[in-house]
Amino acid sequence: MVDITPADGIPPAEVAEVELYHPRSWWTKYVFSQDAKVIAIQYSATATGIGLVALVLSWLMRLQLGFPGTFDFITPEAYYQFITMHGMIMVIYLLTALFLGGFGNYLIPLMVGARDMVFPYVNMLSYWIYLLAVLVLVSGFFAPGGPTGAGWTLYPPQAILSGTPGGQGWGIILMLSSLILFIIGFTMGGLNYVVTVLQGRTRGMTMMRLPLTVWGIFTATVMALLAFPALFVASVMMLLDRALGTSFFMPAISEMGEQLPHNGGSPILFQHLFWFFGHPEVYIVALPAFGIVSDLISTHARKNIFGYRMMVWAIVGIGALSFVVWAHHMYVSGMHPYFGFFFATTTLIIAIPTAIKVYNWVLTLWRGDIHLTIPMLFALAFIVTFVNGGLTGLFLGNVVVDVPLSDTMFVVAHFHMVMGVAPILVVFGAIYHWYPKVTGRMLNEMLGRFHFWVTFLGAYLIFFPMHYLGLMGVPRRYAELTDMTIMTESAHHLNSFISIMAFIVGFAQMVFLFNLIWSIRHGREAGGNPWRATTLEWQTPHTPPAHGNFGKDLPIVYRWAYDYSVPGAKEDFIPQNMPGSFGPSREPA
Amino acid sequence: MAVALVLVLIVVGSVLFHLLSPWWWTPIASNWAYIDNTIIITFWITGIVFAAVVLFMAYCVFRFRHREANRAAYEPENKRLESWLTIVTAVGVTALLVPGLFVWSRFVNVPSDATDVEVVGQQWQWSFRLPGKDGKLGTSDTRDVSADNPLGVIGGDPNGQDDVVVEAADLHLPVGKPVKMLLRSIDVLHDFYIPEFRAKMDMIPGSVTYFWFTPTRTGTFQVLCAELCGQGHPLMHGVVVVDTQQDYVAWLGQQQTFAQLSAPQQTGSVEQAPGKTTGLKIAAKLETAGAR
Ligand code: HEM
Ligand SMILES: [Cu+2]
Ligand SMILES: [Cu+2]
Repeated sequence: MVDITPADGIPPAEVAEVELYHPRSWWTKYVFSQDAKVIAIQYSATATGIGLVALVLSWLMRLQLGFPGTFDFITPEAYYQFITMHGMIMVIYLLTALFLGGFGNYLIPLMVGARDMVFPYVNMLSYWIYLLAVLVLVSGFFAPGGPTGAGWTLYPPQAILSGTPGGQGWGIILMLSSLILFIIGFTMGGLNYVVTVLQGRTRGMTMMRLPLTVWGIFTATVMALLAFPALFVASVMMLLDRALGTSFFMPAISEMGEQLPHNGGSPILFQHLFWFFGHPEVYIVALPAFGIVSDLISTHARKNIFGYRMMVWAIVGIGALSFVVWAHHMYVSGMHPYFGFFFATTTLIIAIPTAIKVYNWVLTLWRGDIHLTIPMLFALAFIVTFVNGGLTGLFLGNVVVDVPLSDTMFVVAHFHMVMGVAPILVVFGAIYHWYPKVTGRMLNEMLGRFHFWVTFLGAYLIFFPMHYLGLMGVPRRYAELTDMTIMTESAHHLNSFISIMAFIVGFAQMVFLFNLIWSIRHGREAGGNPWRATTLEWQTPHTPPAHGNFGKDLPIVYRWAYDYSVPGAKEDFIPQNMPGSFGPSREPA
Repeated sequence: MAVALVLVLIVVGSVLFHLLSPWWWTPIASNWAYIDNTIIITFWITGIVFAAVVLFMAYCVFRFRHREANRAAYEPENKRLESWLTIVTAVGVTALLVPGLFVWSRFVNVPSDATDVEVVGQQWQWSFRLPGKDGKLGTSDTRDVSADNPLGVIGGDPNGQDDVVVEAADLHLPVGKPVKMLLRSIDVLHDFYIPEFRAKMDMIPGSVTYFWFTPTRTGTFQVLCAELCGQGHPLMHGVVVVDTQQDYVAWLGQQQTFAQLSAPQQTGSVEQAPGKTTGLKIAAKLETAGAR
């Protein structure tokens, strides 16, 4: 290690660098790799693969809803298996894994100026356990009786009874086992991300100089470490109820004329445990998206993110508050009605920091120099979609308004907007943004624009009208919409329209996948910093970054991540590792 | 340019869709017009915010799009603007929350003159129980459920003897009288939902949950189950008929009490009661669906 004289109040290195693990064979380099960048790609590829399964399932569901009675193979049993696997895959195995395991692994070490995660071996294990969890999940499709059809919320008692597909078969057992594995694997990765952010930052990289991407992923990881244990114990308890006949969640039940041996358990207890995990989970998916989109907007509008400290405060505030709002998913669950007052209040309070984030994004655009690149387009689309979905949250969070809307298509439309489409748009934006760093080449621009417009407008056309079906009273999770007196003929036509849009949007994703693969070889050469961005991952000596990320010396950080268009500077961006002063510093301290 | 235009079109299109499309709530049939009003307030406030944010974005994209020699402003923070926006948001949120909580307190506090009506959910049918002359429902227990006692009314409870039992058939209610729906399930979670009444609540085995309403017009309304309860869930429909007082009394006169139903000679006829077959019909329908 070379000794560098401390400059600009940069503290000297406290400890000498630890030698990295160096792979010796092809296997340890590309398969059982301990390099966070390789693990990130493994995570992302696996999540994309399983995500495609969830996409195909959504088409099957839309076939049934859009054209009821036409497709005989979609029985109610199959429909419930589809929604359950679709929902669980999308939320956990795709989005959580992609944001934390994928983006977290790739970006945290690079952005904080570290050579790798602090515990590379555990990091590797994390991926392999995740892969195992995915395989166990998928094996449900091949098990006798098929996967569970209990809904992604897995509410007992039905989840483990015979009236539900997979309830008395293998389905529910495999689902719960897979979740348990996922949580174990995630915990290994999650501890890594947290410790790396806290302990692995390079010299000069104070917490308040971290890019918001890192703040988002870091806070989401802390939340996940606190929230997943609730799902873990709930899964173990339900597994015991199912396999050993305990009664954690099972009261006395008379099922189809037969008295079951269970007694004394509480179905509501499961719901509390599930949503104590489930609500923070929404933000586990949202916060990384918030962080990433902030950086996309700032970079492509060539302007510092507006109100950085407020943004950090809002991320942390939302993270903390989201642990005291869980029962807004249970307003009509039959819990004590007075809880409604408390949870409606906390839920609407959380709207305030969330709104601040939105204001700061649009105020970053104000007086910017907006380059309408594909990442920027996706960021704009994210804001529109997220604002739409967030605002319908004010309906559902306001307890009495939730009464008619709960468990209807309004809810399906709301959560798809806010935690389905909005984060996915950020995922796309992020991929167009960082693909050049990962592969050294740009994604094809024309295919990208096609993908953007179809996905953004198509998804809006799927989910915006769907709210009105819910307002009309159409319940969610209805495998058959026949004999519904409240549904007019035109409501069925609307459903067909929504389904057709869903197929079109799905097709655009195939174009995107083609672009991903095609551009690896045929994309335009990107160079090291095609977006002229300030953060450290763009300042690596090699693109893609080599093992160890930063060559011989780690970078030293002299400024925050948002020095765009600094008055007096020649270029319109100043990398974080560039020493020197350009007029009085405006960096918020 | 195109991007700014599309953003404007999204706002205009969404507003027009809201105003002109034929898809809207069903005409209300209960006293919960309060809830509809709260929804309208929420539509106004959220609609304005949505339009404001997206139009502002459209303006920025148009006005500050990249041109040669353009340079962005450098403005890390603006304390005053940030506090202003926070205050305005807090006011907007309060304007939603206060009426919401006010209506919620009405929703959960049942008027003292409401009549009890019990709803029992089971896979996949609805049954009902009305208090008899004594005005009290007898106690019940899932453990007492059997073919002769489908609702699990505790036989030894004198309050239960005159309860009117409506097994797997339509429920009738008199118009203009508040009712407190007491909700039970004997197997899994269900949810008693009638879109026209704007009310719903889960039913949990082992607990009794409730909501109340006053039917405000006569008519026939479809009951939907709104909590996933297994494969028969989407077919678990029921019927509530809101009658004039006269029609209601006539209907009530034809119903049987718990005591009548559990008298030994009557058990046979219970099995053939008209509605009894709905649950079975659904089971059969599912079986054929599975066999296809
Ligand atoms: C264009 C893409 C998508 C389409 C067309 C789609 C469609 C659907 C449909 C038709 C349902 C079932 C509705 C019902 O009957 O209740 C559903 C449920 C669900 N979807 Fe999606 N979806 C899409 C993307 C996503 C994404 C990205 C997420 C990620 C959060 C997601 C999460 C869920 C969840 C959690 C459920 C609930 C499952 C349940 O009720 O148990 N979906 N989706
Ligand atoms: Cu929530
Ligand atoms: Cu149901």
